[in-house]
Amino acid sequence: MKFTSVAKFIVAAALCAAGPVWAMPAIQQWHTANGARVLFVQNKDLPILDVSIDFPAGSGYDTAEKSGLANMTQHMLRLGAGGMSEDDISRKLADIGAELSGRFDRDRAGLALRTLADASIRKQALDVFTRVLTQPEFPESVFKRERGRLIAAIEDADTRPGTIASRTFVQLVYPDHPYGLRGVGEPAALRKLTRDDLVHFYTAHYTARHAVIAIVGDVTLDDAQAIAERMTRGLPAGSAQAPVISPVHDLAAAETRMIPHPASQAHILIGCPGIARSDPDYFPLLVGNFVLGGGGFVSRLTDEVRDKRGLAYSVYSYFEPLQRRGPFVIGMQTRKNQVKEALTVVRDTLRKFIADGPTAAEVKAAQDNLIGGFPLRIDSNRKILEYLGVIGFYDLPLTYLDDFREHVEAVSIADIKRAFARHVDPDKLVTVVVGAAPSAGKSPSQK
Amino acid sequence: MNSLRGHSYSIPPSVRIRVLLMLMLSCLLLAANARGADSDGTDIRLSNGMRVIFKPDHRSPVAVSLLCYRVGSMDEFNGTTGVAHALEHMMFKGTPEVPAGQFSRLISAAGGRENAFTGKDATCYFEMLQKSKLDLALKLEADRMTHLTLAASDFAEEIKVVMEERRMRTDDQPHALVYEHLMAAAFMANPYRRPVIGWMNDLEHLRIQDVRHFYHEWYAPDNAVLVIAGDFKPDDAFARARRYFGDIKSRKLPLRKPQVEPPQRGIRRIAVKAPAELPFLLMGWHVPVLRDARTDWEPYALDVLVGVLDGNGAARLPRILVKENGVANDVDAGYSDTSRGPGMFYVSATPAIGKTVPQTEVAVRALLQRLIDNGITPDELARVKAQVVADQVYARDSIFFQARQIAMTEMAGIPYTTLDLQIEKLKQVTAEQVQQVAKKYLKDDNLTLAYLVPQPLHGRKPAPPHGIPHEVH
Repeated sequence: MKFTSVAKFIVAAALCAAGPVWAMPAIQQWHTANGARVLFVQNKDLPILDVSIDFPAGSGYDTAEKSGLANMTQHMLRLGAGGMSEDDISRKLADIGAELSGRFDRDRAGLALRTLADASIRKQALDVFTRVLTQPEFPESVFKRERGRLIAAIEDADTRPGTIASRTFVQLVYPDHPYGLRGVGEPAALRKLTRDDLVHFYTAHYTARHAVIAIVGDVTLDDAQAIAERMTRGLPAGSAQAPVISPVHDLAAAETRMIPHPASQAHILIGCPGIARSDPDYFPLLVGNFVLGGGGFVSRLTDEVRDKRGLAYSVYSYFEPLQRRGPFVIGMQTRKNQVKEALTVVRDTLRKFIADGPTAAEVKAAQDNLIGGFPLRIDSNRKILEYLGVIGFYDLPLTYLDDFREHVEAVSIADIKRAFARHVDPDKLVTVVVGAAPSAGKSPSQK
Repeated sequence: MNSLRGHSYSIPPSVRIRVLLMLMLSCLLLAANARGADSDGTDIRLSNGMRVIFKPDHRSPVAVSLLCYRVGSMDEFNGTTGVAHALEHMMFKGTPEVPAGQFSRLISAAGGRENAFTGKDATCYFEMLQKSKLDLALKLEADRMTHLTLAASDFAEEIKVVMEERRMRTDDQPHALVYEHLMAAAFMANPYRRPVIGWMNDLEHLRIQDVRHFYHEWYAPDNAVLVIAGDFKPDDAFARARRYFGDIKSRKLPLRKPQVEPPQRGIRRIAVKAPAELPFLLMGWHVPVLRDARTDWEPYALDVLVGVLDGNGAARLPRILVKENGVANDVDAGYSDTSRGPGMFYVSATPAIGKTVPQTEVAVRALLQRLIDNGITPDELARVKAQVVADQVYARDSIFFQARQIAMTEMAGIPYTTLDLQIEKLKQVTAEQVQQVAKKYLKDDNLTLAYLVPQPLHGRKPAPPHGIPHEVH
């Protein structure tokens, strides 16, 4: 159900790192001549080169009228550029075993290249990458075809309970805000998009000054500098002012939506606007949410919903910190006639957690995992590349990884209670149930 | 694990066949041409028959423990389907030493991640941790290899979770239902016909006694392969394995019957109705898999064939069916050359708006026939091989991937020491061989074809009549 995961760069997960106990990758940083920010980690263990570039060009910059424009622009980059047809691009990359993939969420859009680091191979790969990045052609016929495919795929996905749930959920959590639009867009809006819209969006958002480049792999610093220069030379510098996403407001009241569906399971989503990436409560919420529903098999929600009552295979909670306040989400699926019980258990668990906070033992266990699990979070080039992208885009300190342990260790029970009280009001939550049995139609917020 | 949340997506969203298989089997199959682990591993056999394979990776101070039992859904019997997977769930429900829930807590507190997966061929348990905590994982795995509590009360709750899992992964997933139906039709005698997660009615009637019986029959050191990967010296890794597993007694395993599938005698077609907007077509042909990595050649040729059909954006299926003909919205090919049971070669397609399943089927067949008649180009062959070579290098960026590949190869009865050889064999495949396997296997007598008949949601208008163009395209 890829269409539901509109904006799930695993920001929260990707930043759960810790500790100066292990050798931290040495990050080098500079700006290209026309202003793109570059972060580089050299790693000579494997003959691989990974390069990514992100722009403030995610679905947070869409409007309701042109919902899906940001995604379509990103998607079309690889489908015709610099004199190459879409098949030329695919073949040139496949000939050398290189992979060029798209990156997209609510805040960011961009591209990532993985290639063998061998000089002649990477030259060909980077040449294609650069042309795709700086000279996309947005061929009209390809655009129309891809738009048609996308609309068909969306309409098909819209028959699935999970898609309906997540779409309704973000609409209710973000009324009148672009975070409430789904990244792939709406069929009605997509039908009206034109090639000009894409060209416009590309020109306004894919500019050097607001680009973040991450490079990891078996190249020298000189190489990395040359690569970044060559990649961005063809990009316009762009305006000094970065494009902005408007602020997110609190929900005025609780809202519950029950939507019928013939599936055997009901899909439940509960939540509200959470925090921005820059929020000082980031770490208390990270540790606290691990206890509530982020710790996989050891969370309170899993314990109450799955282990004690067998109500669901999967139950979880997460914050998705973004440029603006990304969502706080609790999610699960359960057999239809158990919806009422499941909602009661989830709501009680959340209320109790907010009222009483976690125990000292729970906080310790969460900290142990976040800190002790640090090596796993940077044990591959791919994972390091993701960190660099996040650090660069959200302007986190370069010492972010080094400081992580300290930040996690510093979190107290009181911090967690305070942070949850500030950001999650159990009386003002959105609840969406798709596939509710008719008898479960009463609003569960009157518990 | 709970709620897998990926970090990017691409259009179109239809399920890719390899992903489809993974999701539905709760099993991590190897993509056909994503090989990688080189054979610099070493291995020993403990006196109780347990194999231990060590794969060095000194890039990070981390360790992977992956313990696989050579028992999966193919070892089940009618009436108790799903028992292998139910047992996998129960393996987290405690032993006298480590009560229910503690396994996950101990691994989590050590900063580790753990989970398990069940497939047709094997059931595997893994932990990923900082290297100083490897012993904890080994100790816990050794404990539950023989001392699992299997309490009736825990089972009563857990089987409900398993049924929710079935609803989530299969019953409410139209493409997964199509796959389940295809397998049940393609195989009459071979146990590959049954879904890994089990039929719902069997789950409803599964009893703790069934699970206990299965556990005591199959969970033994001589039916297990342990892969340790990470920043260790081989002797050190082996010493640790011996310390925790060395004293466990071997056991006489039940006799495995071959259950060879009788030859198919003509095309099989089945329809599956489920809520959806778009139809979907899944075709599966019986094909061979690796039995002898040294002397076999057909599976390697089939690997290349998948790449030629669907290895990149300009490969034949997407180029011709999606871009040139516009007959399909999405199309995929899939094949795994490594499995204990029989092989299947898949092609799936989602018809474009206004196109029918029969039209799409005709287009797929025409494309395959052209390949059978005219073969493939040297460029196509070279491109697939280039990807194989690169993938081998990329695979080394994931320590877990390497461990899993070793384990799955061993589970299929193929020595992991042939992994490098397999790459070499792939590189030797000729264009003629690809044409030959296509001709030999992609024929109607070998084919089962399942298609989704979409049932629009209540209140929606039905899809436009077949053949009439819709608002786009």
